[in-house]
Amino acid sequence: MTAVLDRPDAGGPVPVEDEARQPGTRRSTPYLLLLPGALCLALLFLAPLVFLVSQSLQTGSLEAGYRLTFHVATYADVLSRYSEQLLRSLVYAGIATLLALAVAYPLAYAIAFKSGRWKNVLLVLVIAPFFTSFLIRTLAWQTILTGGGPVSSGLRAVHGLDLLRALHLIDGDQLLGTPLAVVTGLTYNFLPFMVLPLYASLERVDPRLVEAAGDLYASPWTGFRKVTVPLSLPGAVAGTLLTFIPAAGDYINSQLLGSPRTTMIGQVVAGQFLRVLNYPTAAALSVVLMVTIVVLVGLYVRRAGTDELL
Amino acid sequence: MPEDPRTAAAGDLRLVGVTKRFGRATAVDDLHLTVPQGSFFALLGPSGCGKTTTLRMVAGLEQPTAGQVLLGDVDFAGTKPYQRPVNTVFQSYALFPHLDVSDNVAFGLRRRGAKDVQKQVDDVLELVQLGPLAKRRPAQLSGGQQQRVALARAIVNRPSVLLLDEPLGALDLKLRRQMQVELKRIQTEVGLTFVHVTHDQEEAMTMADTIAVMNAGRIEQLGSPAELYETPRTTFAANFLGQSNLLSATVTGTQGEDLLLDVHGCRVVLPRARAAAAAGRLWLGVRPEKLRLSAAGAPGNCLTGIVTDASFTGVATHYLVRLPWDQELTVVQQNDGSPAVRPGEAVTVTWQAGHGFGLDAEQDAHAGEEAVLPTGQLAGANP
Repeated sequence: MTAVLDRPDAGGPVPVEDEARQPGTRRSTPYLLLLPGALCLALLFLAPLVFLVSQSLQTGSLEAGYRLTFHVATYADVLSRYSEQLLRSLVYAGIATLLALAVAYPLAYAIAFKSGRWKNVLLVLVIAPFFTSFLIRTLAWQTILTGGGPVSSGLRAVHGLDLLRALHLIDGDQLLGTPLAVVTGLTYNFLPFMVLPLYASLERVDPRLVEAAGDLYASPWTGFRKVTVPLSLPGAVAGTLLTFIPAAGDYINSQLLGSPRTTMIGQVVAGQFLRVLNYPTAAALSVVLMVTIVVLVGLYVRRAGTDELL
Repeated sequence: MPEDPRTAAAGDLRLVGVTKRFGRATAVDDLHLTVPQGSFFALLGPSGCGKTTTLRMVAGLEQPTAGQVLLGDVDFAGTKPYQRPVNTVFQSYALFPHLDVSDNVAFGLRRRGAKDVQKQVDDVLELVQLGPLAKRRPAQLSGGQQQRVALARAIVNRPSVLLLDEPLGALDLKLRRQMQVELKRIQTEVGLTFVHVTHDQEEAMTMADTIAVMNAGRIEQLGSPAELYETPRTTFAANFLGQSNLLSATVTGTQGEDLLLDVHGCRVVLPRARAAAAAGRLWLGVRPEKLRLSAAGAPGNCLTGIVTDASFTGVATHYLVRLPWDQELTVVQQNDGSPAVRPGEAVTVTWQAGHGFGLDAEQDAHAGEEAVLPTGQLAGANP
C-alpha cells in the first residue's frame, strides 16, 4: 500500500518495480515465522548442548573449578566403567518398547475401529494417567508389586512366582527389585506415547481399503497384515521412538522399582551430577547416551523405510 | 480335494428372492434377477434405490437378510468376499496407497498363489494401457489412470463376475465418455460378466447389453437399452431413462389393433400392444424427439398449443409447447432444416401412433424425475 502512496506518477515501469518488491517481502516471511522457534532451540537446546559437550571435556574439581582441557580420556573412562549400565538401559528400553507395542497395537486398533461411541472416552482414559505425576504413578507401582501386595499374592496363589523364577525373570520370591519390575514400570509409564501415535495412524486407514483387500481374496488376517499394518507403520515408528528414547534415559523406574543390579544409565548420570558432583563424567555419560540413541534411531528409521509414509 | 469354489463356479449370476434390511429400512426387497454369463449388465437407479446394496451382496460385503445369490448352481449367500469368484471396481477405487501399480494389480493373484504373477500383471496393464506406469504409486496417478488400475486389479483375477460400483463417477465428462468406450472394449475382449451400478442413464445405455431399472429396492423394468427407452412400462422408467411427456388419457374405444384415446378432448391413437390397459384411464407417453412441430391439420396424432420457450443447442432445438389445459410438452426438433418456431407462435404437435406408450394411470406421473424434484422442493421451501 505504501508503495502506491509514495508514487505520484503511476506510469509504465511501475508494475515491474511492484512485482520485484512483493516477492521480496514474501521471501522473508518464512524466516520470520521460523524465528521464535529457532531462538527457542538455540537458547534451550543448542546452548545447553554446547555447554554439556564442553563440560565433558573439562578437568578440575568442584572446589578449584573446572577448565576446558579437551580431556578426551573421560570418555574412555566412562565407557569402560559404565558400559554395563548403558547396555542394560538399551536392553530394558528395547524390551519395554516391544512390550508397549504389543499392548498398544490391539488397544489402538480397538479404539480406532471397534469402539464406536466410546472412542473419546477411551482416548481420555489413555491420557488420564498424565493427570498424576510420573513419580507418584511409579511409587504406586512400588505398592502394587510389593511383597505382600495384590500382584505378589495373586501370582503366588497360582504359582505364578514359581513360573517367573523358572523363566529366570526373578530369582527370589520378590517382584520388586527385579529387572521384571523395572521393565514393567517402563512399559506402563511410556504406554500412552505408543498408543496415541498408533491410534492416529490407524484411524487414518480407510476401511474401504480393508474391504477391497477382502474382495481381492485376502482373509481378514491377511488383509490386516498386508493393508492395515503397513499403513499404520508410521504410527508404530513414531510410537517406538517416543517410547524408546525416554525409556533409555529413564532413572525413576529403576530407582523405585529396581535394585543396584538393575541400575540404568540415567541413574548413573543423575548420581554423578547430583551426588558425586563429578560434572565431566556426568556430561560425558550424557553425550555417550545421546550419541548412542541417535545412531540407533537413525539406523532404525532407515531400516523401517517409512520416509514416504511419514 | 474339492475344487476351489473361487474358480469352480461359473455360469449365470442369479439373485433369488434377495432381501436386505437395515434395521427397519428395507434397502432391497425380494429381488429376482438373472445376469447371463458374459453379458454387460447395468443396475440403473437413483441414489438410495438399493443398487449398491445389491452389488455389495453379490460381492459378499453385505449379507442378504433373505434369499440366494447363485453363480451357476452354487449359492454364495453367507460366504465371505474372499471366498467368492467376484471382484469389484470400487467407486473410490480403494487402491492400496503403500503399493505401486504393479503390486496393487498383483494383490489378488498373490493371495491365491497364482503362477506367472508378473506376466499376468504385465498383460493386464498392457490391456488398460498403463504399462509404463507400473512402478508409480497411486497418489502419483490421475483420476483416469487410478480408475484403470482399479479395473486392472479386478479383471486380472478373471472373476466369474466383475462388479463396477459407479466406476466413472469421479471422472470429468470427457474422460468418462472415453472410459465408457474403453470399458466396453475391455469387456468384449476378456468376455467376463460385468455388473455395472450407476445412476447415469446415458452411461448405462452406452455400455450395457441389459439394464435393470431399480427403484425403492425393486426392479421396475429390465430389458435392452432400446427396449427400455422405446417401451417403458412404468412412469419411473419413462422419466428416469431419458425424458418423457406424459398425458392423461382415457380409452374410448378400439379400432382394429389400436386403442382410441381421449386426451383432454383430443382424439389420439395408440397401438393396443403398447398400452398397459385396454380400458379406463392411462398415462400416454411420448418421447420429446418423437414429437414434430407442423402446420395445423396434419394427419395422425396431433395436439395444438403455443410455443413458450425455444432453446437452440446446435444439433437440436428444445421447445416447450403449452397445451390448452396448461400442461407443457417438451419437443426436441433435430436441426434437420425444419423451419424454426419462435415463442408465442401457435403450433400443432404430431407423432406417429407407434411412438406412444400407455402406462398405468395409478402411477405418479413425476416418478423418477430426479432433476426436477430438488428444484420443486426448493421452490416449496421458499414460497
